[in-house]
Amino acid sequence: MDEMFKPSRRAFLRGSAAAAAGTVAGAASAAGPDPLITELQDWASGLGVGVDETPYGLPIEFESDVVRRNVEWLTASPISSINFTPIHALEGTITPQGCAFERHHSGAIELRKEDYRLMINGLVDTPLVFTYADLERFPRENHVYFCECAANTGMEWAGAQLNGVQFTHGMIHNMEYTGVPLRALLNEAGLNAAGDLKDKWVYVEGADASSNGRSIPMEKALDDVLVAFKANGEALRMEHGYPARLVVPGWEGNMWVKWIRRIEVTDAAVESREETSKYTDVYEDGTARKWTWVMDAKSVITSPSPQMPITHGQGPLVISGLAWSGHGQITRVDVSKDGGITWQTARLGKQGDTKALTRFYLDTVWDGAPMLLQARAMDETGYVQPTKEQLRAARGENSVYHNNCIQTWYVNAEGVAENVEVS
Amino acid sequence: MSKSLNFLLPGLGGAGLACGLAVASMYHNSGEARIALLEERLAQVEGHETSARKLAKEEAARATSLEAKVQEVQAAAAERIATGVNLTAPAPVPDGTLGIGRVAQAEEIAAWDVDVLPDGRGLPQGTGNAFDGEEIFADRCASCHGDFAEGVDNWPVLAGGFDTLGDKDPVKTVGSYWPHLSTVYDYVYRSMPFGEAGTLTPDETYAIVAYILYSNDLIDDEFELTHENLGAFEMHNKDGFIVDDRIAREHSAWRAAPCMENCKEETRVTMRSVFLVGTPPEGGTESVMNTATAEGLPSFTAEGPSFIPAAAPKAEEDAQAAPAPEEDQAADEGTQLAAAGEKVFRKCKACHEVGAGAKNKSGPQLNGLLGRTMGAVDGFAYSKAFQAAFEEGRIWDEDALAAFLAKPKGFMKGTKMLFSGLRKEADVTAITEYLKTATE
Ligand code: HEC
Ligand code: HEC
Repeated sequence: MDEMFKPSRRAFLRGSAAAAAGTVAGAASAAGPDPLITELQDWASGLGVGVDETPYGLPIEFESDVVRRNVEWLTASPISSINFTPIHALEGTITPQGCAFERHHSGAIELRKEDYRLMINGLVDTPLVFTYADLERFPRENHVYFCECAANTGMEWAGAQLNGVQFTHGMIHNMEYTGVPLRALLNEAGLNAAGDLKDKWVYVEGADASSNGRSIPMEKALDDVLVAFKANGEALRMEHGYPARLVVPGWEGNMWVKWIRRIEVTDAAVESREETSKYTDVYEDGTARKWTWVMDAKSVITSPSPQMPITHGQGPLVISGLAWSGHGQITRVDVSKDGGITWQTARLGKQGDTKALTRFYLDTVWDGAPMLLQARAMDETGYVQPTKEQLRAARGENSVYHNNCIQTWYVNAEGVAENVEVS
Repeated sequence: MSKSLNFLLPGLGGAGLACGLAVASMYHNSGEARIALLEERLAQVEGHETSARKLAKEEAARATSLEAKVQEVQAAAAERIATGVNLTAPAPVPDGTLGIGRVAQAEEIAAWDVDVLPDGRGLPQGTGNAFDGEEIFADRCASCHGDFAEGVDNWPVLAGGFDTLGDKDPVKTVGSYWPHLSTVYDYVYRSMPFGEAGTLTPDETYAIVAYILYSNDLIDDEFELTHENLGAFEMHNKDGFIVDDRIAREHSAWRAAPCMENCKEETRVTMRSVFLVGTPPEGGTESVMNTATAEGLPSFTAEGPSFIPAAAPKAEEDAQAAPAPEEDQAADEGTQLAAAGEKVFRKCKACHEVGAGAKNKSGPQLNGLLGRTMGAVDGFAYSKAFQAAFEEGRIWDEDALAAFLAKPKGFMKGTKMLFSGLRKEADVTAITEYLKTATE
């Protein structure tokens, strides 16, 4: 808990709040009576919009800046590209589908449920084909999981690059998925033909032109992988793989194959383009790590941040952020206001979710002095999110993927925040 | 919640008293003759105070009971966390099968199961060499990857980059980086050309793969690549990969209890964001280089920042404000439309240039397009479809352009422009206006 909010000092705070109130901007300090209160407003007199005006509701126009955005020059074509979730403006943990980041390798496709087929073949007893309707007949489960692109924060290997948490950390979303455990589908096809399952793999691919094939070790396939058809209660969006996608909890987003059409049991990894040319990590000496599937523990402050400056001046301030780990639960997040010299333990919004976003807060008081804001996550394995220095010492700067470094925002005396790197 | 109630209660009592005294003093000033009244008022104030304290006591009692309730709820929540918060119990896995789905037929499996394993298993029969491959590559791949697989603009480079993997910006190509040749066959056959995936025959694919090897100086142009020798071909970087060892190398070192106080003596900003990223209302982003430097920023110790800078650099605000005045000035509709069209043109920029000095990229330059003969840009290798349109002397007018942009392949069957089309009519109108003005 923040020093300023320890109960013993609360009485003092309450007492001084009245004195401070005069300096706080906004309605409370209005010189005269507030016309929004004293004058009759249109919306309080006329009539609003009737039901069915928008059969499927969109956010109100005042929120129209809270959208996915891409940084055009990062890729050659928007068809094979990425955009970013506006995490700076979201709260809680669930990402609405409409603003959850997209990553396509050959564009998002329109695939009707009626045209959907899922094949299971390879080392199985009976190769099978399922329709979409078939999928809905298997016992299903609901789970909230984060999906993070392995390249999230990738630009920042080269130093502070993009000014905005949407762009440094926005290749992530967190949804409640409804789906069939992959193990149920494999069980249906039968795994006796595969013999010893220890060294077996499943190779998964999508129905789009890129096909985005990935190899997943059998142990994970039988553990918590889902073939999902709903997210946050409704059908998946086209851009997230309608009508069905793979959910690979805690593992890099590229493996969450969209429009999944085929699952093959094999005795070796295919070593497809997406697991050799891409999604491998080159180290300082030129050797590369492959099969780096798990997303390590990471956290970031979403507000204040470059897109969310402090606009209310000195006084009570909510520092809000997100933490997650591909290894399980987040157990603790610490926040520093001085670039990592002093840390305070933040309050976790809700504990216990595994491989899902956890919201954290530091309820504090801003004295108007500049800050170097950082957050540091710990997960249930005891792993502590590393600094940029630690990561670079371990891996060099040539990697693209798996940058889970501690992020720093410099907040100046006006409350404006900027992406920086510190010593 | 209950705690703050506690703190507020004594405060309320005090405020009631102070307020009463103020009223009293007012009466005192108004004249001695009213002493009797004043005394009466004082008695009233005292009465108020007593009842306020009584109220306070009652509320405090309520607060205590509320607090107890909160504790109860918190304990229940903690218990739930401890026992796990799975929303649903795991789905049952039946002993036998459920009888859902149908058996996959051999032709179906053959159509979809085309992946190739590193040892070459999965390859279809076939053969090809770089000599034949060069021509197919020039026709089907070079517009994006370059005649020599060197990459055009931002599109992937497929050749060269040897001995750069240890450099700061390693050039990872098929030649310098890919560990298995099987992957090249597998990927090209399944996923390329971009926009026309799955249209190559096995022999064409062997020839293209041979040509990519040739471009990387890994074979000569007579080498016959076949399903028999592909799996055994040794790539330059075949030993360049190790299996993920983060747990052993990193996790073990990063599990120590983290430092909480005086973790370092001093810290300072060493680098500021390279790009300021504007977020215009119409979507997307506008990046500008950040000119601010780390100089002039305070350093930090456990005591806080070394000083408070007078005024913050305004760079970011400027960046966001910059486009606005332009738009304000854009009085007439045409200019506004053209400005909207410029935004839409972002979809084309990967392949086309327009304006002063525009060059051919993977698509032809678009200067003076309206009124221009189709397929007429010198030095650009058009598809047969556009070559035919040129012969016929067909001219670009607004209708033709609108039809083409809405559905390129519908308007010009056989075009090699791999663009699915603009869905919104407004976008077509805007971009047409932009193409008109951009070349003036
Ligand atoms: C219209 C442009 C275009 C054309 C034409 C094209 N490609 Fe590509 N190619 C791409 C893009 C874009 C990617 C990256 C796709 C992604 O992001 O997944 C790519 C990726 C590749 C890669 C993988 C590169 C890497 O480093 O991982 C290879 C190999 C390749 N293409 C070969 C070919 C071949 C062979 C052809 C012709 C048969 C071809 N391409 C035609 C655009 C094109
Ligand atoms: C993936 C690359 C790509 C994209 C994206 C693309 N084009 Fe093209 N474009 C081409 C190529 C290649 C050709 C040549 C077509 C041919 O020869 O069949 C072409 C041809 C054209 C032509 C005919 C030019 C002439 O000389 O006759 C026009 C007009 C055109 N494009 C406009 C656009 C516009 C406008 C957009 C964006 C809305 C766009 N293109 C997007 C690659 C592209």
